Amino acid sequence: MSEARGFYTLWLREIKRFYRDRTRLVTSFIQPLLWLVIFAAAFATRFALPANLTYRQVILPGIIGQTLLFTAMFMGINVIWDKEFGFMKEILVSPVSRFTIFMGKMVGDSTDALLQGIIVFVIGLALGIPISPITFFYALPIMLLITFGLVSIGLVIASFMGNLEGFGAIQTFVNLPLFFLSGALFPLKGGSLPSWLVDIAAWNPLTYGVDALRNVTLGAAWTPLQIQPLWIDIGVVALFDGIMIVVGTWAFTRMK
Amino acid sequence: MPHAIETKQLTKTYGSLKAVDSLDIAVEPGEIFGLLGPNGAGKTTFVSMLCTILKPTSGSATVNGFDIVREANKVRKSIGIVFQDPSIDDRLTGRENLFMHANLFGVPASEQKERINRILKLVELEDRADDLLRTYSGGMRRRLELGRGLIHYPKVLFLDEPTVGLDPQTRDHIWKYIKELKQTHDITVVLTTHYMDEADRLSDRIAIIDHGKMVILDTPQKLKDTLEGDVVAVRANNVNALAELVTKWLGFPKTKIVDGALEITVRNGKVVMPRIMELAAQNNIYVESIVLREPNLEDVFLHYTGRNIREDTGKELHGASAARRRAIK
Repeated sequence: MSEARGFYTLWLREIKRFYRDRTRLVTSFIQPLLWLVIFAAAFATRFALPANLTYRQVILPGIIGQTLLFTAMFMGINVIWDKEFGFMKEILVSPVSRFTIFMGKMVGDSTDALLQGIIVFVIGLALGIPISPITFFYALPIMLLITFGLVSIGLVIASFMGNLEGFGAIQTFVNLPLFFLSGALFPLKGGSLPSWLVDIAAWNPLTYGVDALRNVTLGAAWTPLQIQPLWIDIGVVALFDGIMIVVGTWAFTRMK
Repeated sequence: MPHAIETKQLTKTYGSLKAVDSLDIAVEPGEIFGLLGPNGAGKTTFVSMLCTILKPTSGSATVNGFDIVREANKVRKSIGIVFQDPSIDDRLTGRENLFMHANLFGVPASEQKERINRILKLVELEDRADDLLRTYSGGMRRRLELGRGLIHYPKVLFLDEPTVGLDPQTRDHIWKYIKELKQTHDITVVLTTHYMDEADRLSDRIAIIDHGKMVILDTPQKLKDTLEGDVVAVRANNVNALAELVTKWLGFPKTKIVDGALEITVRNGKVVMPRIMELAAQNNIYVESIVLREPNLEDVFLHYTGRNIREDTGKELHGASAARRRAIK
């Protein structure tokens, strides 16, 4: 019972902090808009797609995945702030278990990232990208599932870091490789991509997350290009989440 | 009655550095127990072990009867901690910080609201309770942290350097609260400080810690009494020569020079003062001023450790040990 209350209060804290940081919410509109409008317009002709698919349809789930990834990773910064400003100590000396502490933070941050993902989805619909609005409800749990693992990566890295300076490197060494190697910007199948790229992408959990999102939002139109059927995509992402939760709990246990 | 805290040969080492060295300390229930020592003496390390943040290298300890290693969770539930460094979320309001703490420490939901209101009243933050903490002054934050440490009704409250970096007025205020807390909440308080006046005014008993070891343990009054008498402080144009003369001719070995003034600890200062003047005049030493005062804890510290508490301030806070110490925090 007290573990549940601890989880709730840690979750709520992440939500409140996020909600109060208005600048972050406002800027979160801008980036996906740039991708969906400018990048998509410029690169629409570069990829050979079946006649029943437009590039904007394909890139929207990709940009949702990218937004989830970047937001999730950025959440790690909160852990570093908490360590630097001492609040982490207040949490760590409480009688709540480290697993609960990790889960409270992780699910809280995931909820925040999910909000960003929803915003992108809505932007996509507002731009008139032909996607059935009903698929939003199928996409929602998948988005959350994707976020759990990604937020966990950020939290684990942050738990090992002592200061904010090093966190910028994550952008270079984690965010961009995961992003570019996930097929978020282009279909991995059916094109003339170099095979090494496709092979590496197969080891990227985000690849399956984006594929799952395309499977539900684009339906049968995506089937010829899909990496895996939906249930395998979900299985891979869920497995990755499970592993990351174990790793994250371990990382938080050794944190001082 | 069992001890609130009892440590047996409690030790923490970092490589070759013994931060805490075989401490045997028993704290009685209901007392304010002062741990006095220069920065780096091992106070925070000692307290961190009792708060289950650090594991001891050897030795053992109980807090409220619970073993700090085997029953860490029970220890955590029964203690309150106010850390040396701030540990509040400045993007939440005062009230939200308190609610969070109540939830983390398993305070029943039905009691939370009332307890928090009472705490806010106690630390006089009712009117600012719903403002974000970033708008609070340093003293207000400190008061909130003090109050927060009490929400779950701890039996022992640890205060690690509670007034570092605060202005004199605020320090006075905080001291008043700590004394009130002890009376109204019937709790044991463990206070670490490197401020002599703080230890003196608050503590029922004081343990002087230096280099991880306990030098002496007694009430502030008794500690001062052991110095037997008065301190005569003399300012002169040649204090070193005067010190030698005083030691040689008047037979007072307890002399020292503090901030350019010669301080002599004697049984009866009034009688000694004229003789010092005489001695100075005979040897052509010009006395600028001569003052008689009661001994303070500063003198006690000097007496037992052979050095001034401030000399060491920050000394050990360089290099590797500093990095380790920061990591401990």
